[in-house]
Amino acid sequence: MKYAYYPGCSMEVNAAAYDMSMREVAKVLDLEFAEIDDWNCCGATEYFSQDELTACSVVARNLAIAGTDASQLVASCAACYCNLAKVDKLMSENAEMGKKINQALAAGDLKYRGGSVRIRHLLDVIVSDIGEEKIKEKVRRPLTGLRVAPYYGCQAVRPISVGDCTEYPMQMDLLFQWLGAEVVDYPVKAHCCGGHMPQISEEQAFELQRRLLQSAVDYDADMILCICPMCQLNLDAYQSRVNGMFGTNFKMPIIYFTQLVGIAFGLEPKKVGFGKELVAALPVLNKKLEAVSA
Amino acid sequence: MIVQQADKLGSEFLQDVIAGTPGGERIVHCLQCGSCGGSCPNGADMQYTPRTLFALINANKREEVLKSNTMWCCVSCYLCTTRCPQDIPITDIMYQLKRMAIAENLAKDTDAPALAKTFTGYVDKYGRAFELGLASRFYLLNKPFAMLKMGPMGLGMFARGRMALTPTKIKRVDQLQAIIKKAREIGRES
Repeated sequence: MKYAYYPGCSMEVNAAAYDMSMREVAKVLDLEFAEIDDWNCCGATEYFSQDELTACSVVARNLAIAGTDASQLVASCAACYCNLAKVDKLMSENAEMGKKINQALAAGDLKYRGGSVRIRHLLDVIVSDIGEEKIKEKVRRPLTGLRVAPYYGCQAVRPISVGDCTEYPMQMDLLFQWLGAEVVDYPVKAHCCGGHMPQISEEQAFELQRRLLQSAVDYDADMILCICPMCQLNLDAYQSRVNGMFGTNFKMPIIYFTQLVGIAFGLEPKKVGFGKELVAALPVLNKKLEAVSA
Repeated sequence: MIVQQADKLGSEFLQDVIAGTPGGERIVHCLQCGSCGGSCPNGADMQYTPRTLFALINANKREEVLKSNTMWCCVSCYLCTTRCPQDIPITDIMYQLKRMAIAENLAKDTDAPALAKTFTGYVDKYGRAFELGLASRFYLLNKPFAMLKMGPMGLGMFARGRMALTPTKIKRVDQLQAIIKKAREIGRES
């Protein structure tokens, strides 16, 4: 199956493990992701707090580029997915905003009709379009004995969730059940990682992160799986600072869901980006899955 | 208290909030149920929860609202939005309040506007976000001492090849800039 693909800025360097692993997993599943030409940053939440129309127009440039030859556009980052889906919906439902955004796009000889491209998140594509049977067929190394905490965060499931619940999403839970893992049912799986808050208020940000890490520990998880570069960065890179602030001793590996899908498909850990996380994941994985070699 | 026709009644401040928020007219249907504040991960840190804030907006308390920390506590998690029984786009209203507070120079005691401006400055210039530039420029200009605590994490990221030293520039950055310029023009007119 072929899709247009919007990587987003984080995938290039900071979330390289996500990028590498999603490409490897796509190969196994015969998914073809054609990166849209010359895409720009989606603006995350930062344009929206300054200028609504500019925020929408920056996102819409990507929609217009994708719309020239694709009917489905896949994003792997939750914030990118959220912005693309939100602006697409706004343009199809709000004629006045649609007109203004198109006036701005016209300055770059572009145009976009709301609703003409279906915006997807990578997780939904893997779970809904590939499905249980084909995914189970590809398993070479079942994740038996590994307790994983699927972490959905916010913007992939809210405000616009394609095919999953905004309160209690299940797609990643199902996926890892198919792969043989023990999926941890913990109450904060769709709570917030803090987003850009570590830069603004460490007290607020680290408290949100502490709640997530503590819950995963309370429910005896071996690792947390992410579907968003911002979530992974916040929980992984700031974990030692969280420990410093609260006197905790978290050593919770935070990896991208595609990395562990890759392991279940029998791919080498290095090929799917293990080693790029700050809180090492391989020792835990090795301990739990005897077959995995470092 | 209850405003039935958003286009005719309600405070001037309420009208301004509605005018800048797509779908913002739903605010007049607020039941004061408090689902928003109860759902908010940062609700406990807010001077006013969204429910209280909406009552203040209705009462034309412009300065109290725009000087408050409420919208700056918002992390755009959208829990309030999806839980609101009246379909009020609460997160989008928080964005509008951020915009109004910045425009009216009432955003105090928060580095959020500076972070937003630094972030979008790089996107305006290159078409892509630039994490190292954002982090160093934002911290140097706004909180140099906090930068010291960021050091070990930055090195860890760098050592694992997760930090680019130079920004990536898109090919048609002039096209993006023309779109942004036009959008800002239209925004100013309306």
